[in-house]
Amino acid sequence: MSVNVLDYPFDASMILQKKRAIKRELSAREGLLPKKVAVLSGVTVGVFKDLLEIYLLANGIRPEIHEGEYALFYEELVFDDGTLAAFAPDLIYLHTSMRNIKAWPAPGDDAETAANLAKAEAGRFIAAAKAGLALGCPVILNNFELPPYRVMGNREGSAAAGRVRFVRRLNELLAEFADTTPNVYLNDLCYLQAQHGMDAFSDQTAWYAYKYPCAIDKLPYLAQSVANIIKSLLGKNKKALALDLDNTLWGGVIGDDGPEGITFGLETPAGMAYMEFQQYLKELSAVGVLLNVDSKNEQANAEAGFARADSVLKKDDFICFKANWEPKSQNLAAMAREINIFTDSFVFIDDNPAEREIIRQQLPGVAVPELSAPEDYIKAIDRSGYFEVTNLSADDRKRVDMYKQNAARAELQASFGDYADYLKSLAMTGEFGTFDAPHAERITQLINKSNQFNLTTRRYTAAEVEALIGDEQYVTLYGRLTDKFGDNGIVSIVIGHVQGDAMDIDLWVMSCRVLKRDMEKAMFDCLCADAAAKGVKTIRGHYYPTAKNLLVKDFYATIGFEQVSADAAGNKDYVFDLSAGYTPQCSVMDVRRV
Amino acid sequence: MDKQTIFDAVQQIFRDNFDDEELEITRETCADDIEDWDSLEQINLLTAMEKKFSIKFKLEDVRGLKNVGDLLDLIERMAG
Repeated sequence: MSVNVLDYPFDASMILQKKRAIKRELSAREGLLPKKVAVLSGVTVGVFKDLLEIYLLANGIRPEIHEGEYALFYEELVFDDGTLAAFAPDLIYLHTSMRNIKAWPAPGDDAETAANLAKAEAGRFIAAAKAGLALGCPVILNNFELPPYRVMGNREGSAAAGRVRFVRRLNELLAEFADTTPNVYLNDLCYLQAQHGMDAFSDQTAWYAYKYPCAIDKLPYLAQSVANIIKSLLGKNKKALALDLDNTLWGGVIGDDGPEGITFGLETPAGMAYMEFQQYLKELSAVGVLLNVDSKNEQANAEAGFARADSVLKKDDFICFKANWEPKSQNLAAMAREINIFTDSFVFIDDNPAEREIIRQQLPGVAVPELSAPEDYIKAIDRSGYFEVTNLSADDRKRVDMYKQNAARAELQASFGDYADYLKSLAMTGEFGTFDAPHAERITQLINKSNQFNLTTRRYTAAEVEALIGDEQYVTLYGRLTDKFGDNGIVSIVIGHVQGDAMDIDLWVMSCRVLKRDMEKAMFDCLCADAAAKGVKTIRGHYYPTAKNLLVKDFYATIGFEQVSADAAGNKDYVFDLSAGYTPQCSVMDVRRV
Repeated sequence: MDKQTIFDAVQQIFRDNFDDEELEITRETCADDIEDWDSLEQINLLTAMEKKFSIKFKLEDVRGLKNVGDLLDLIERMAG
């Protein structure tokens, strides 16, 4: 049994039949992140619950699922009898469909009546979502699929009282609500229906007999779609692509055919397919996905492919460019080290089945979608939801530049004998502030995304971060680092919990792209100043090991903490004495308090 | 398709579905005999059989199926 059945396109009946075995296999993996998910019903939850569990497990999340009573999502949220609050969900999903629309316009209703009706009807779902937000967690809301029949035919889409038009109105209202309300995310049921085709998706038997929102063999896709949003919110997205070149980014073999001989461009159908694929990759790069080349080629030949005037991607669009004759798995592992991410943050794209198989065997965490023909490459990546965007921060859009600046810094470093001289030459400025609303989104994102420099691996929802703003019991700090190559954005977060004259460091994370810049020392200098101002005399640090945070297992000792205890599992407690004053440890940057 | 072939295929579907490779069904096996066989599992079983035998049950067909025997007879009629 292999969990490859979860790769797109799904063998739905296989997944449904073998769901227990799949669940067993996935649950046995290590390092799963436990989360509580409330699935509230508009339509039958049933086997959807198992499927959601499977797709979350596949993304490294172990859900505890609370299933609401049939069709009571509104009542359970708006008039919670304490059940939901007691469950304390980390996420809420409203499993609703067009079947839950209660009031439809009557034939002959004018535009104003229909618009008001739409507002009221969307209002029910919005009220339920808002009641969910009040529980302090993100809410995922379905929009509506189109109705499977049309009394007036095409006119249902244009008439003021048309049902197709009504659903489109509702979807627009829900989209606006999700777009303007923090912590609300829209699951696009309408797109799913279109993707599979209405007749295949909106199966009447599944509705009449079981009250499922769609055909049973489409439920895995619905579960995957919801799971993609959840794993994205929990920082489990993939981050980078490792791309083959010949017959992947263009047709033909550039070493044999030369840059002018490869299939690319508007002249041929296959050339257009490769061109649009490059366009798709360029758009992924614009939302922060890191593009890298992993190709068996001579460097000069590989670069010549991107030097063509009509090439959409240029050499500059890539962070790492590995065109050589090393095994691709070695190249990929080297790239992961250079960029400072894990290999399991990579998606490997190669038309050659043998190369794909080697990566699957050598680097099991890497996602390796099946590829068939160039016209299907986009779909192979797109439908898998590797890079599902839930919150697009300014940092995401700049990420590619930041990694390129890192490469420039590495070059500069090579020219300095003394490391401190090198750091000073970077002309760094650290900007440090306490949590505030404008930075809350990035703070939440960094907390949930950091795995390596993360002492406690505690995760915080947006609502929990907001609750910390202005809370006198806490010392909160974010740090932004700028240098002569550019702005790294907010790269480190600390949360300290003050009790009397002691403070526990509940959380300390730092982005690995600023390792070895003494940023952590500057953070600690500011933390100590803020803690001292609150009368803190002792700071307690904690290290809780995970599969990914070995990097910081001795970190507290390096900044002057004393270890006081350790257990067999590797958990360690430290103290730092602040009562006799404090000497700042960072001397290589300008420190600005904001 | 002969009776034994259908029976073997149905047995395998039950085994996969309930994740129990030892499971032995008979014509008399019904929902009371298998702990996890509830109305939701019934749907999964029927969906798997539709796929396996390339048939499509109608709402009317699956009402009043009492046990595995009824199911086998129905499949035999439809899959011929």
